[in-house]
Amino acid sequence: MSLLVVESAGLQTTVQDFGREGFGALGVSASGAADAVALRLGNLLLENKAGTPALEMTLTGGTFLFPDGAVICLAGANFGAQVDGKALELWRPHAIMPGKRVVLGATRDFARCYLCAAGGIGVAEFLGSASTHLLSGLGGWEGRALRKGDVLPLGRLEKNIRRRKPRAGVLEQLKPEKTLRVTLGPQSDWFLEEAWRTMTSAEFMVSEDSNRTGLRLDGPRLAARGKAEMISEGTPLGAIQFTPSGQAIILFVEQQTTGGYPKIANVIGADLHCVGQLRPRDKIQFEEVSLVKARALWIEQQRLLGSEERLFA
Amino acid sequence: MRFQAASDQALLVYLGEEIGAAVHERVARLLRLLQQEPIAWVRNIQPAYCSLLITFDTVAVDHAEVQAKLSEYETRAKKLPAAKVRLVEVPVCYGGAFGPDLEEVAAQRGLSPEKVVELHIARTYHAYFLGFAPGFAYLGDLPEEIATPRLETPRKEVTAGSVGIAGRQTAVYPFATPGGWRLIGRTPLEMFRRDREPMGLIAIGDQVKFRPITRAEFLAARRA
Repeated sequence: MSLLVVESAGLQTTVQDFGREGFGALGVSASGAADAVALRLGNLLLENKAGTPALEMTLTGGTFLFPDGAVICLAGANFGAQVDGKALELWRPHAIMPGKRVVLGATRDFARCYLCAAGGIGVAEFLGSASTHLLSGLGGWEGRALRKGDVLPLGRLEKNIRRRKPRAGVLEQLKPEKTLRVTLGPQSDWFLEEAWRTMTSAEFMVSEDSNRTGLRLDGPRLAARGKAEMISEGTPLGAIQFTPSGQAIILFVEQQTTGGYPKIANVIGADLHCVGQLRPRDKIQFEEVSLVKARALWIEQQRLLGSEERLFA
Repeated sequence: MRFQAASDQALLVYLGEEIGAAVHERVARLLRLLQQEPIAWVRNIQPAYCSLLITFDTVAVDHAEVQAKLSEYETRAKKLPAAKVRLVEVPVCYGGAFGPDLEEVAAQRGLSPEKVVELHIARTYHAYFLGFAPGFAYLGDLPEEIATPRLETPRKEVTAGSVGIAGRQTAVYPFATPGGWRLIGRTPLEMFRRDREPMGLIAIGDQVKFRPITRAEFLAARRA
């Protein structure tokens, strides 16, 4: 069995796959990769299944030793990865020789970088997924972020890996944007009309107090009309809610599954990976689209992501 | 029955507009039928007091198609027999460091802390649904006399086992999570364990009763 030794873990490194959807009745949110698009591309470049477990690093990467060697692919943000002082390009399969270490630093662009390994990271599944759910300490590697000294097993390398790279234009098309497209939320009519205009024209800033549970936004404080307390209900991924004090929060992959704050808008499916790449202090804006348009964008993105022909050369 | 698009991938189905046993029975029945006869394009079902949030495969169907199918399910769900009811007892050590908001709740409602506890344990609560975090059961209805709104600013971390109240609801926090409910006590029980079947101590539809214990009993239970 080949291993991955964590020599330093980085700010918050967890094992993630596509998450465990379907356990809402237990109060369990799906979790999963914050940027599922990057995870998918990284895995496909290694001929892994798209949702194979990988390491998700946040803002600052770690140092990982591969005593037995491995084939890896880095996807998502550029954390300046190196082996023996030589840069490792993103979005390419790389053979790491036995005894070599991959050293990653602080991000140069976005929030999250995925270290995918051919054969995947071998952790036990909980409710059908290897994803870490930090809030409840479930799934992934001991239910927590990795620490120095952790030794993780890698899956078996089974195929010859073709030397492929994303086609020109693919990364540009899937690039994380700072303008997030939204549809109206289920309580959008709880807010005044001006609130919606503010919502879709003002600039918001991602606060330091943001994580996989949700991103808190600094900016205009919008309050729902009246003081009626809402009856708690299921909260969709990407919902934008305002607390009574007027703080905006985007609910994210490790979100609470239900909540009682009014939801003014919801980030569309096709832009959820952009949320996963937002850093604290990033300035963002929201743009309204219709449900029909959101669906068309989602279908188009799914078709692209489902076609290795269109993705890689 | 009312439908509301929640996102491009999710639809909210409201079966009533107020918290109560009758509406919730409809929620529980629709959930049960959806679990008994799963629909391929349903990705997740999140029940709540009056509603179910249905997340669906947006490539396969759109909101209108989901709505049509759920209407059909709801008609059939009404005819399902009532489910068996389980009683769960939860021991709680009230006040002090375990219930940092007990005094504040008492002051807000013009009661003594003892009276708040007395009212909290007097009722058998109904588990409306699990949400927020794994194993977090929304219990109701809290006696009107001790109903208190959520904190304006949620705590960044609430200790696991904390018993909170918010509006006419009460619950136990299964994990150390952020939380905006007012904390009145703590249970030594583990509300969610992955090595237990079912994992949650409380399931949707259960009857739940709180029993006061002393600090010594709490500590003894934790050691056990």
